[in-house]
Amino acid sequence: MAIDWQPSASIETLRERARLLVKVRAFFAQRDVLEVETPVLGQGGSTDVHLVSLHTLARTDKGQRRLWLQTSPEFHMKRLLAAGSGPIFQLAKSFRDGEVGSRHNIEFTMLEWYRPQFTLTKLIDETATLILSLLPSFPGPVVHYRYRELFHTHLEIDPFTTSVEKLRLVAAKRAQMPTQSLANEGRDTCLDLLMSVVIEPQLGQHELSVVIDYPSSQASLARRHQDSDGEWVASRFELYLNGIELANGYDELTDEAEQRARFAQDNAERRRLGLPEVDVDERLLAALEHGMPEGAGVALGIDRLIQLALGKARLEDVLAFSTPNC
Amino acid sequence: MANYSTNEFKAGLKVMLDGDPCSIVENELVKPGKGQAFNRVKLRNLMTGRVGEKTFKSGDSLEGADVMDLEMEYLYTDGDMWHFMKTDGSFEQYAVEKKALGDTDKWLKEQVPYIITLWNDKAISVTPPNFIELEVVETDPGLKGDTAQGGSKPATLSSGAVVRVPLFINQGEVLKIDTRSGDYVSRA
Repeated sequence: MAIDWQPSASIETLRERARLLVKVRAFFAQRDVLEVETPVLGQGGSTDVHLVSLHTLARTDKGQRRLWLQTSPEFHMKRLLAAGSGPIFQLAKSFRDGEVGSRHNIEFTMLEWYRPQFTLTKLIDETATLILSLLPSFPGPVVHYRYRELFHTHLEIDPFTTSVEKLRLVAAKRAQMPTQSLANEGRDTCLDLLMSVVIEPQLGQHELSVVIDYPSSQASLARRHQDSDGEWVASRFELYLNGIELANGYDELTDEAEQRARFAQDNAERRRLGLPEVDVDERLLAALEHGMPEGAGVALGIDRLIQLALGKARLEDVLAFSTPNC
Repeated sequence: MANYSTNEFKAGLKVMLDGDPCSIVENELVKPGKGQAFNRVKLRNLMTGRVGEKTFKSGDSLEGADVMDLEMEYLYTDGDMWHFMKTDGSFEQYAVEKKALGDTDKWLKEQVPYIITLWNDKAISVTPPNFIELEVVETDPGLKGDTAQGGSKPATLSSGAVVRVPLFINQGEVLKIDTRSGDYVSRA
């Protein structure tokens, strides 16, 4: 059988991709946001329980070391912020093992940027402005939703107060999943399932949808605050277009002790689930201890945005070589 | 049979679900940037032909189904069962129940090769060739001169199927029919 050596994207698409990336760089240049390049390899990795990191062995000056391929450039960029870089952006190759599909590729490009002193609201506006500037036609207004409100509207349940038992039943039914396969799952898994399968496909239809006030358990590297109902929520937003998750932003956690506790909590959860633990990034923690300016940051799947801007069906249609073709 | 994990689910893979053999039509990873991964899977139930959607946690697995598609010629029916013979020269015969035959009963013709789907060596479905040539056994007399468009009429074919044909077609003619749509294609 002939070996398929051809690119995943057409050469014409790659030209259009390059044109869009020129626009992205111009957008940030105009706003005095510095382009940086940080390593793909790191001595620490993401402890996120739902991300599978790739790692490799390298012969370093300290002998053989396990180095982690970064799932996003976040840790290195935060070290630059702590060193006084001011606002920075990066188009960074990132790696997430096992993520293969029409919207996923194991190796992908993340557009990530950090804005010291920005509020989350200000960063949401900037993210929406960037997205709209790259789309060939205006998709409609930018509409904000609270996480809780989405569950009320689409599922008539409250994500914070509904019992886990009830959530399991609703999630299994709405996602066409056998009830027993959720029997040992907690609140967040049920919420993720309902969000991904029921709510997400309805977001970003003829509008750019912004979701805020995520459950505090899904804060990841974001701060937490009390919402208008007095509920503790994550200071985090997500942006959706055409039912596709495009960007995830945080009011960044800058407290070293809190960050260390969250990493430890992730690794404890990893042990409980029988997943391999990930080396904690001590250099990031040291940088936070030194002091990182308060501010907001966002990671945007630029491959997905290019896919939407060019009207392509699959992510690989805008990648020179998708992982199965690399 | 082997077990297959969600990351091995590919179109055409045959798996067991709720006791029925199914064929995977489509498998899509659904994963929030922060959160648990799931797979949305479209499956065709090979017993009923119905396509449904299911969600699995990524990493869950299903048992493989011992399903194969074999080419066999139609031989005859004894009224209870429909008999087919493998075309690989083995002369091996399989008897097919009415339920497994399904809608294909109206497209049966001797010596034509069909695809028989076997599950644990038992026939569960019969797929006719995309095009088949059948004789018209009954239709209103053809209208002379009407060879262009305009109008159609029902015609009963030798297999029992009733299809819409152009007005100029006569009894005794052999027609080429698309079995997927049941549409008249041309004179054979």
